[in-house]
Amino acid sequence: MSATAHAHVDDHAHDHGHHHHKETFVTKYIFSQDHKMISKQYLITGLIMGIIGIAMSLLFRLQLAWPGESFPIFEALLGKWAPDGVMDADIYLALVTIHGTIMVFFVLTAGLSGTFSNLLIPLQIGARDMASGFLNMVSYWLFFTSSVIMVISLFVEAGPAAAGWTIYPPLSALPMAQPGSGMGMTLWLVSMAIFIASSLLGSLNYIVTVINLRTKGMSMTRLPLTIWAFFVTAIIGVISFTVLLSAALLLIMDRSFGTSFFLSDIFIQGEVLHYQGGSPVLYEHLFWFLGHPEVYIVLLPALGITSEVMSTNARKPIFGYRAMVASILAIAFLSTIVWGHHMFISGMNPFLGSVFTFTTLLIAIPSAVKAFNYITTLWKGNLQMNPAMLFSIGLVSTFITGGLTGIILGDSTLDINVHDTYFVVAHFHLVMGISALYGLFAGVYHWFPKMFKRMMNKNLGYVHFWVTAVCAYGVFFPMHFVGMAGVPRRYYQNTAFPMFDELTDVNVLITVFALIAGAAQLVFLYNFIHSMFYGKPTVQNPWNSNTLEWTAPIEHFHGNWEGEIPHVHRWAYDYSKTLPNGEYVIKGQDFVPQDVPLHKDEEELHH
Amino acid sequence: MTTLLTILVLILVAIAIWQMTKIFELSQIRAENTQVASDKDNKYNGYLMFAFLIFIYGITIFSFWKYTKVLLPEAASEHGGDYDDLMLWSFVIIFFVQTVTQALLHYFGYKYKGEKGKKALFYADNDRLEFIWTIIPVIVLAGLILWGLYTWTNIMDVNDEDDPLIVELYAQQFNWTARYGGADNVLGGANVRMIDIDRANVLGLDESDPYAGDDVIVKELHLPVGRKVNFRFRSQDVLHSAYMPHFRAQMNCVPGMITEFSFTPTITTEEMRLNPDVVDKVKRTNAIRAERAANGEPNSDPWEFDYVLLCNKICGKSHYNMQMKIIVETEEEYNAWMESQQTFSQLMASMN
Repeated sequence: MSATAHAHVDDHAHDHGHHHHKETFVTKYIFSQDHKMISKQYLITGLIMGIIGIAMSLLFRLQLAWPGESFPIFEALLGKWAPDGVMDADIYLALVTIHGTIMVFFVLTAGLSGTFSNLLIPLQIGARDMASGFLNMVSYWLFFTSSVIMVISLFVEAGPAAAGWTIYPPLSALPMAQPGSGMGMTLWLVSMAIFIASSLLGSLNYIVTVINLRTKGMSMTRLPLTIWAFFVTAIIGVISFTVLLSAALLLIMDRSFGTSFFLSDIFIQGEVLHYQGGSPVLYEHLFWFLGHPEVYIVLLPALGITSEVMSTNARKPIFGYRAMVASILAIAFLSTIVWGHHMFISGMNPFLGSVFTFTTLLIAIPSAVKAFNYITTLWKGNLQMNPAMLFSIGLVSTFITGGLTGIILGDSTLDINVHDTYFVVAHFHLVMGISALYGLFAGVYHWFPKMFKRMMNKNLGYVHFWVTAVCAYGVFFPMHFVGMAGVPRRYYQNTAFPMFDELTDVNVLITVFALIAGAAQLVFLYNFIHSMFYGKPTVQNPWNSNTLEWTAPIEHFHGNWEGEIPHVHRWAYDYSKTLPNGEYVIKGQDFVPQDVPLHKDEEELHH
Repeated sequence: MTTLLTILVLILVAIAIWQMTKIFELSQIRAENTQVASDKDNKYNGYLMFAFLIFIYGITIFSFWKYTKVLLPEAASEHGGDYDDLMLWSFVIIFFVQTVTQALLHYFGYKYKGEKGKKALFYADNDRLEFIWTIIPVIVLAGLILWGLYTWTNIMDVNDEDDPLIVELYAQQFNWTARYGGADNVLGGANVRMIDIDRANVLGLDESDPYAGDDVIVKELHLPVGRKVNFRFRSQDVLHSAYMPHFRAQMNCVPGMITEFSFTPTITTEEMRLNPDVVDKVKRTNAIRAERAANGEPNSDPWEFDYVLLCNKICGKSHYNMQMKIIVETEEEYNAWMESQQTFSQLMASMN
């Protein structure tokens, strides 16, 4: 940015400063164009969807542990879908489907990336707002609309979509195949199409903002790793979500206009349908072309947050900044060419399976580098065990545990017998579900003061973390064994197979842990809401952090900084940096914020 | 077992509540409550990090001790042995890495817990370290990739060498049907458009195709031991997946296309029933079922081990109960069974 342009922006911002109190309730809280308010809207919508998604999982866990048992809560919540309190098989599939959809898209994509990209991109790169505040607002309201439609779909007569979150046709295309493929599926597709539009608008905004609006001195190699993660996530989002949109549109055509993109040779309920020449395998390719990058769309922001939180709380620079950036880029690139590992036994050519095995196992390399770098960041640190730090360490732990079983599933040979079993469920819940949730929690605990000007209660945070951490392993570690015993996922009950009888015990154990984990989230919820209103007021930089968002005043207003935007003179990780004489760069302070000019004796690291 | 679990849960909840109250007390004594971790918090959470490491090892050991018995028995197919070897070695590597990295992560969490005035080491980069932990995964993964791809290519090479038996597995909501090529070992042409339910032509065989006449359509899959079987899969409505876990075999059934898989069964059902692991499993299972019978609950008939074909791709309401029995038997038994089956042309004749 040229000097004149810069001056102009500053003038403009000063104008903003004078006008901001004229905002009405509607422009401030509802149709706000301020990225900080939009990020809060994303977070709260995401949390509400999260409550729905997690509650659903607890319901079907009850059914899995005590199959066919009558529960009053089923009758209360599911109504006609639970005659006499016994869960119906169709609604079981619907719960599984909507749980997956909500958690993956609405909580971990919009709730995580939407919240923190919005909050942190302008604040950490030193911008007054997103490149387009208006598009940002539209993006949120499209997300909100899609959430509402998804929730409405739960109440349609024949039940919500129930074909699994991957909604493979023909099951999802034919209302005769299952009741959920009628109106419920239509609403699912409409909701997702709107969601994709929201995601694309958001992503484009993030990309443009990061490229164009960095403050003076904020070179790409001085960006905090959070921003790198959000930036690259937005890029793979733009590349892959568009393909999902095409899959959804073609499926809508097949369902409503009689085309045959994904359907062929179908005989159902006593009649032959007219479809000819399409292929469900084509749908699988299109779906997973998004579906796999989606895993990293969920995970990369969580890893970015972890990098930032871990470095701040370890009072140490993140180890291997360049390697971390390179890993993010490598993961992003590879993530777009591994989708076939979801389809080893779909009937696609086995040679393709070989290629995808190769690329899939390659992605383990940058992932391993990241894990080792996190561990080294802790080494010889001065670890401040704030709740956000605990969740970050927890993330690395589950990321390793869940990631390692990816070596089994990514190997086409080994996938044959564990494909679509509970082994897969255990794997992806640990590596992307739990890890990304931990990233979300780490972010909420860390940036809560920035968002709500108050601190969350740390002790409730500790209870929340430790109970959740124990239960997460309690749920998903034994689940690997269920999968290796051959139990397929998405079974309403395992009673039809005597060979699974002795697994009931394991399922009870898993459900008990899941229920406790669910209860622990109530602690978080209470802490979140209570602290929002009654939490202890924060100081400007509670965690003694280096990044720019903590140089902005506590008070929120459109434009972020009262005066000039701070300039950046160093990277974000000068924690515990000493001068040649052994003293901290700033006397008595173990951190050097990014806007502090270099000390005359200081050696700058070239990253 | 359930009582044990209940007790375990109660203990966990009690600990959680105790910890919560204790933490509340601690926070109230302290004069300034900043909600930023104090040295005391660092200390306790550092200890908990170490305890958590022990918990991870504990739940691993517990799961292996308690649940190893539920895993599938010895593979009953020729390639199954290679599969199990690769699985075993992959697991050895995984558990080695898991044990070491979790130990480092949580031990560092405990060892370097923060204290006021302590100085962290400013350590931003080390190219040699980065190189080491890039190159080691590269080498290990290269080994696994090569081994995996070699095995994969062998398993997925469906060919006509060694006179394979040709069998079609036909999927529909919510049951399986098997079709044998008959005397000529060639499957007659078929398409859903030729299905004629009134005449019991449920698989849509082409009645004018000379190869179709001797096809045998059955609801129970019989396989001769030691002979290669080439499976061809069809589905008439939605996606299904033919999952035969005991044979380490699985392939999706896709409407509109024919998919393939091939394996050689090596252990007859009779032999498998005598396998010590299977004997134990049947004993345990029947104990559970006897208990159910005593309580008057369903699913309480005594069980005898059988190989089974499951549906492993969500296909609708009764997905959880879409199965077919598989019987592996000697060549003679198989031939005798096949003799007693009706051919497709006999079936059609009986309909007219």
